[in-house]
Amino acid sequence: MSSAVQTPPDASVEETTTTATYSQRELIWRRFKKHRAGVAGGCVVLFLYVCVFLGEFLAPHDPAHRYYNYVHLPAQRVHIFSEDGIHWPFVYGIKKAFDRQTGIKTYTEDAAVRYPVYPFARGAEYTFYGLFRTDIHLLGTGKGNPMFLLGTDRFGRDMLSRIIVGGRVSLTIGLLAVFISLTLGSALGVISGYYGGHVDNLIQRVIELIFAFPSIPILMALSAILPPEWPSHLVFMGIVTVLALVGWGGLAREIRGKTLSIREADFVLAARVAGAKDRRVIFRHLLPSMFSHIIVIATLAIPGFILGESTLSFLGLGIKPPMTSWGLLLSDAMNIHSLSLYPWLLLPGVCIIIAVLAFNFLGDGLRDAADPYSSR
Amino acid sequence: MINYIIRRLLHMIPTLILISMVSFAVIQAPPGDMLTSRLAELAEQGELGSESAMAQIDALRERYGLNDPIYVQYVRWIWKIISKGDFGQSFTYEMDVMELLVERLGLTLTLTLSTLIFTWIIAIPIGIYSATRQYSIGDYGFTFLGFIGLATPNFLLALVIMFIQVSVFEAESVGGLLSPEYIGAAWSWAKVVDLLKHIWVPILVIGTGSTAGVIRIMRGNLLDILGQQHIQTGRAKGLKEGKVIVKYGVRIAINPLVSRLGLELPGLLSGAVVTGIVLGLPTAGPIFLTALTSQDMYLAGAFLLLSATFLLVGNLLADILLAWLDPRIRYE
Repeated sequence: MSSAVQTPPDASVEETTTTATYSQRELIWRRFKKHRAGVAGGCVVLFLYVCVFLGEFLAPHDPAHRYYNYVHLPAQRVHIFSEDGIHWPFVYGIKKAFDRQTGIKTYTEDAAVRYPVYPFARGAEYTFYGLFRTDIHLLGTGKGNPMFLLGTDRFGRDMLSRIIVGGRVSLTIGLLAVFISLTLGSALGVISGYYGGHVDNLIQRVIELIFAFPSIPILMALSAILPPEWPSHLVFMGIVTVLALVGWGGLAREIRGKTLSIREADFVLAARVAGAKDRRVIFRHLLPSMFSHIIVIATLAIPGFILGESTLSFLGLGIKPPMTSWGLLLSDAMNIHSLSLYPWLLLPGVCIIIAVLAFNFLGDGLRDAADPYSSR
Repeated sequence: MINYIIRRLLHMIPTLILISMVSFAVIQAPPGDMLTSRLAELAEQGELGSESAMAQIDALRERYGLNDPIYVQYVRWIWKIISKGDFGQSFTYEMDVMELLVERLGLTLTLTLSTLIFTWIIAIPIGIYSATRQYSIGDYGFTFLGFIGLATPNFLLALVIMFIQVSVFEAESVGGLLSPEYIGAAWSWAKVVDLLKHIWVPILVIGTGSTAGVIRIMRGNLLDILGQQHIQTGRAKGLKEGKVIVKYGVRIAINPLVSRLGLELPGLLSGAVVTGIVLGLPTAGPIFLTALTSQDMYLAGAFLLLSATFLLVGNLLADILLAWLDPRIRYE
């Protein structure tokens, strides 16, 4: 990377002589580490992605398997103590009772039966990303035995497993959509800011047009266009595209603003005076110097995409089965009757809130770290 | 001022034309024309081939000139809207789109605007409190609530509130705008009370996210301004602290909020649509969703067109309000 890329030495950062040896990246990292909420957010984000990456290994059950004997089972507790002392962690068996008058099933713990919870237990078979087949899960009580730590849904499917596998879709959609809209947004934003004039005008009018529509209705309308006969992985890509198409405008505007502010900076002028072509100026000077800001903008844009996807899926216009996502899982809670009886159906919503909060905190932390003029 | 408004209105025309084109594109996008789904429906009912049904199809094909090129269809569609306010026919409801939408859209916009007012009434005092007592427990509390509010999607908040109503307060009817016994009843005091008992839920659901945003901005703005010299001057003159904050601080800090009014509206309208669906309100949200899932595209297109137009007008009004409030803004 040429030396012109470096931002000019910043007197406000630190005046001690040692800082001269730190690169910009190190300075940002040091400043980020001081932002406690940002670091915590980053850790949560990392944790969530590791969880959904491990997916089937972490999930105790096959997320699609229907345990018809345990429909709408409330969350089971893991016990260590019983009346006869301390044990290896275990869950009790389930006794089912059916109230004929109200038609409500109730489950009670069957103290006579215990299922010890073992690490690396054998359970349902799965293929790990098409690499190898295995039936080992992080925690389990053996194949077919009950251990539903977050309860089950209306088909007796394990909520915990579904939340983990659904999270993979929700979180991946956020990343993919931000990647596409960022590519589109930074290309058009830089062009718009760098060239100005008619091109700028045209791009800004297009963005205005997108912003003229309320976001959720236009997202709904565009995803309703996806052909209903598409299989779920195509629908997945379709939803990513729709989110990115509606979402790039805001990113482009911010990047255009950044471009405008550094277009006249000395190092850019120097490059142009030295005879660099537009392409070289944009790719070697403008984009690299904005890189940290682009990362910040992207991080802060991800929550919007996650919320957008979950709303679409919740309304039945997004991800479709057999794939699942947090929003789609929540659509089971739309019925107020089942919601009041089975409140654990709301758990995927907790995941959405945690993920969005974590990204927001991470983004705030990165923004403060990347901004050389902040006083913190 | 009049000049400024006229110029803004003229500027709106090309945007409106583009908006109508996008809305029309959405209508046209699904494969097949809108009669394909109608034909499938008739076939399902076993009425395909019956004379009256075919006559209806032919009449509709005639009416919309479905064999014409697409731009002719667009011009005809938009001309009918401009000249007669005719947005076409809804197939699922078998009504004029306009007839179907007018009341529901009105209710949606009323809900959106009352949420906006509610948001401001709640958020501005909290913002002032947070800014004047920076880093107090209350400030941290509101900041935390604000983060949660921004992170919770509307539909989830609606579900949570309904859940609390049912399980904690054991409410019998949740959702909707009226209890069943008042629907269709004549307006009376009891009905108004019943409406008020219901309407706070959608207002709370739609408004929470934007309340959090407004608090954050108000707090930031006011903190910036409280550090400025004219505040110090006011205090030095011996003015009461309350007067300094309200007349010297809030008066200026509120201007950026007014300029954000136009940005706030799309989010609120989106929220109103989703909330209407979850809570089963008689707003435009539920029929928009039905229109999309049953490919009743004239209805969906009309809703998109009308809501975008509403946002444009809202933006214009916000700008006029700002120009009127803030003497520093010139509108040449």
